[in-house]
Amino acid sequence: MNLAALDELWVYLSGNPLLSLLATLVAFTLATRINRLAKCSPFAHPVIVAIALLIGFLLLAGIDYATYFEGAQFIHFMLGPATVALAIPLFDHRERVRRMLVPIVLACLTGIVTAVSSTLAIGLLLGARPETLLSLAPRSVTSPIAMGIAEQIGGIPSLAAGLVLLTGSVGCALGPWLFRRLDIEDPSVQGFTMGLAAHGFGTAQSFASLGAMAGAFAGLAMGLTGMVTAFLLPLIISLFGL
Amino acid sequence: MPLIMGMSILLGCQFLGELLSRSLAIPVPGPVLGMVVLLVALLIHGRVPDSLRLAGEGLLRYLTLLFVPAGVGLMVHFELIKADFWVLVITLIVSTAVTLGVTGKVLDRLAKHYTRGAGK
Repeated sequence: MNLAALDELWVYLSGNPLLSLLATLVAFTLATRINRLAKCSPFAHPVIVAIALLIGFLLLAGIDYATYFEGAQFIHFMLGPATVALAIPLFDHRERVRRMLVPIVLACLTGIVTAVSSTLAIGLLLGARPETLLSLAPRSVTSPIAMGIAEQIGGIPSLAAGLVLLTGSVGCALGPWLFRRLDIEDPSVQGFTMGLAAHGFGTAQSFASLGAMAGAFAGLAMGLTGMVTAFLLPLIISLFGL
Repeated sequence: MPLIMGMSILLGCQFLGELLSRSLAIPVPGPVLGMVVLLVALLIHGRVPDSLRLAGEGLLRYLTLLFVPAGVGLMVHFELIKADFWVLVITLIVSTAVTLGVTGKVLDRLAKHYTRGAGK
């Protein structure tokens, strides 16, 4: 094969959904290995490592994000049915959820107000640009909802999605340490808190390290926080005069 | 076949959620309403069909992978992130820590109070 043909082959492949799909799966597998090598350190969260590897790969290969997403959208699409599937662990643990209903609702409201107002207050204090601030505001909500909210209040949806992911990994890194410091032992409380503050990342981590009940509570928190924030956030934003 | 049945149930609920969200103009995305639809259906039905459990738990096991494509989108915003880098770092870390601490503590207190009050 001569060089020109190779060149053409590359042009064909780099524009093909197959390459980005394959790259995403390989990057994730590698990231999981790296995470294991780093003794599951939360600072080498598989998702963050995979994202870093992929961004590096795309920049090196000269593939832009829109082209990449054409292939990766097949994976992205599965977020929808996966969100729906959260109803299953929730159903499995319905008795415990029912018993804790009042604390759950109160904690959810407190958590949302804390998350949004601490974000806005710190951001304002440090002089963030308005569009950054409005993209930051919905950061503790799962990415599809956060993107919708950001658009509604005048932030940048795709930046909001990225900040949501960073929040998730920060939450996964801080969560276990904070729970130990604050003497919070109940796995359902830990799960709910992780789901509220760190959405899908917290939910995935709760499933993996705390078990199905914590995962169910995290999923509940994620869904509830998403829905309630969608209604509350515009109100809080106007209170801050933004 | 069970995997296909299970996926159909999940996608069907998402579809219903999408319909609800659009037709009632609720500012909540379709999948989240789909979760509510599925939960109500399960409560009525009384148990989780095996096919649904197979598909649903399979998806949930790989939940973290599903966030990767959206996250790669950060590369589009390097400029904006560079401009506000320290603000973003400090805000994310401090605010996430405060949220985790406050929520965890409030729920922990309330949960203990409630389960004790109910004479568990």
